[in-house]
This record gives sequence, structure tokens and C-alpha cells, in this order.
Amino acid sequence: MMKRDACLRILARHVRDEAVVATYQAAFDWMAIAPRDLNYVSIGAMGIASSHGLGLALGRPDRRVIVLDGDGSLLMNLGSLATIAAAAPRNFAHLVCVNGVYEANGSHPLPAGDRIDFAAIARGAGISNAGTIDTLAEFEAAMPEILRGEGPVFRALRVEAGEPSPQDYAFIHGAQTRRRFKTAFSAR
Amino acid sequence: MIAAPPAGDRIIAELKKAGIGFVAALPDIVTSDGLLWPISRDPDFRLVRICKEDEGIAICTGLGFAGRRSILLMQQTGLLDSINALRAVGVEYEQPVVMLVGLQGKEPGVAPAASAKVSVSIVVPILDAMGVAHRTIENAGDEALIAPAIESAYAASRPVCLLIGRPPAATETGR
Repeated sequence: MMKRDACLRILARHVRDEAVVATYQAAFDWMAIAPRDLNYVSIGAMGIASSHGLGLALGRPDRRVIVLDGDGSLLMNLGSLATIAAAAPRNFAHLVCVNGVYEANGSHPLPAGDRIDFAAIARGAGISNAGTIDTLAEFEAAMPEILRGEGPVFRALRVEAGEPSPQDYAFIHGAQTRRRFKTAFSAR
Repeated sequence: MIAAPPAGDRIIAELKKAGIGFVAALPDIVTSDGLLWPISRDPDFRLVRICKEDEGIAICTGLGFAGRRSILLMQQTGLLDSINALRAVGVEYEQPVVMLVGLQGKEPGVAPAASAKVSVSIVVPILDAMGVAHRTIENAGDEALIAPAIESAYAASRPVCLLIGRPPAATETGR
């Protein structure tokens, strides 16, 4: 089990020009830990972060796209794993923060949240490069695969909440944030 | 007398004219033979088969951020299932999601809002309530509305919904 903020700090040390699509608690943490123009926040319609990331990855096959999903979010859109497997974007890495609860909505438990094997679900959907990461050392060691391995890459990250992050919806929803992302993402 | 239906190949030509290169789709019996099967064979399109329609809202949005134009092809039931994603991404985040929606069960020659079928009659009032632009493609000749509607959506960075009122004529059928 990893503290989510410690986990994301490792990722923050390694990212360069990758687009990072983050949702809900992972988004709040990520925006505080690694503010950058290439951050894309998927909030407002829960569950579709992986689909936003797929669109970005298909549109810019020359750019790496990393999705920071949640377990509750992915459960709302499990079919996206089949869609991703079929589209097979080589530049796509899907990281799912697994904590077993709907943390943004009162930390109620997910149905079967204590026993779901998300990597098995991903493999079952056809994403062969799938696994689970339990420790920060494993996550650090997985960085080359997450950042450069042939996608689609799927990793379930077993995490718990770390230090609380500010929930600045106005910033992450802002039109200016979206414009900055578009400019950065479409740059050659 | 009821006019001829729209032609699938003319609709596809309009999509190409508007620069559409990606199609996210779930099969819909209204558009299956006239649009989805031909699109699936057309090398000018990258077809992304999806499992649920709100995936398509997000995929099209991501493609838009990459500077790529796309459509989401689905049935009205899928649109109804995707309303929150359309609200969040299309309406509130002002993204140009272009939807082609087969109106399954709509009676020929009847305006969508006047349909006896509830899943059809509520579509236009919902789009109007959301401020989402829409056009109905019902008869031969209506295809010409498509490219300008797509251009307007991208120019304004707003969603648009093209309602396919009856099955477009297919030049060849089957898979």
C-alpha cells in the first residue's frame, strides 16, 4: 500500500512532455504536486477519464498520454478497457489508484472494493501489459514501462490517501486551464 | 407523398468535406447499413468501436484537443444515456462534440418532437434545454446541412447533434 501523494511525487519527477489526464482525488493531488500545462482534468462526468485519454492518444500518436484514474471511476466505465484494447494505442498508459472507496464523495466503500483485481479485469479485456503495484519501490521501477513501454499499459496502484490536497474546482475547471492544455498538447 | 430518404454516401461525403477523420460508434439500426458499415470499410476514417456512448463523448473531446475532428455515431437511446457527459464536457467545458444520432422508431415525415415514441419525442426538448444545436436529417437534400453544422460547431467550440430521422439509403448493404 502506498500513500497516493508519495506515489504521484515519483511520477512527477519523471514526466517531461507527456499529457497527464487525472480525475477526482488523483487530480486534486496531481494538480498540487505537479502543476503543468500538459495536465488535463476529467471532472464533471465521473468515469470517462480513460476515454478522454484514449481520444488524446489517438489524436497525437507521437505523444505519451498517462491517465490517472480511480477505482470507483473505472468501475463506471469498465467497457473502456475493451475499447482501449481494441484501439491499441501504443502511446497510452492507464494508472488506476485503487483505494476501495469513493473518496471524493464521503469515502463510502465500492461494491466488492476489497476484492476486485483490476489488473485481471484489464487482462481479461485484452490489455496484456497489465499489473498491480503495491510499493513505492515497485512504482519507481515501473517508470520506464509506464513512460515508454509499448501501450496500452495498465497498472493498478494500491494506494491510500496521503496529505490532503486543495480541492480547487475553479482552477481545474477553468477555461484558461483548458486553453493552456490545448496549446501545450498541440505544440509540435 | 413522402420524399426520398437521405443518401448514406452523401452524408459520408459531407463528413469528409468537414474534415472528419475519426468516428466513435456504437451500432444503431437506423444508421447501420447506410453509415456505419460503409464507414467501417472506408480507409479515410479511423473507426473506434466503443462499448457505451459516453465513452464516445470523451474520446471525441480528447481528439478535439489534439486538433482532430470526429463524430460520435449512436442511437437516441445512447444519447439519452450520455446526457451528463454531454452536459459536462460539451456544454459546460464548451467542447465541439459532433453527434450523429439515429432516431430509432421515429415515424417518417413526423417531426422528432411530435413522435409517438417517448424516446424520440423527448430528444429535441432535452437538447434545447441544454442549449445544444441540432439539425434533423430526414429527407434527400438535408445532407447539405451537415458540413456547415460541423464547421459551426468547431468554430464556436460547441456541441452539435445531427438527428438522422430515418435510415439513410445505402449504396451497398451488409457487412
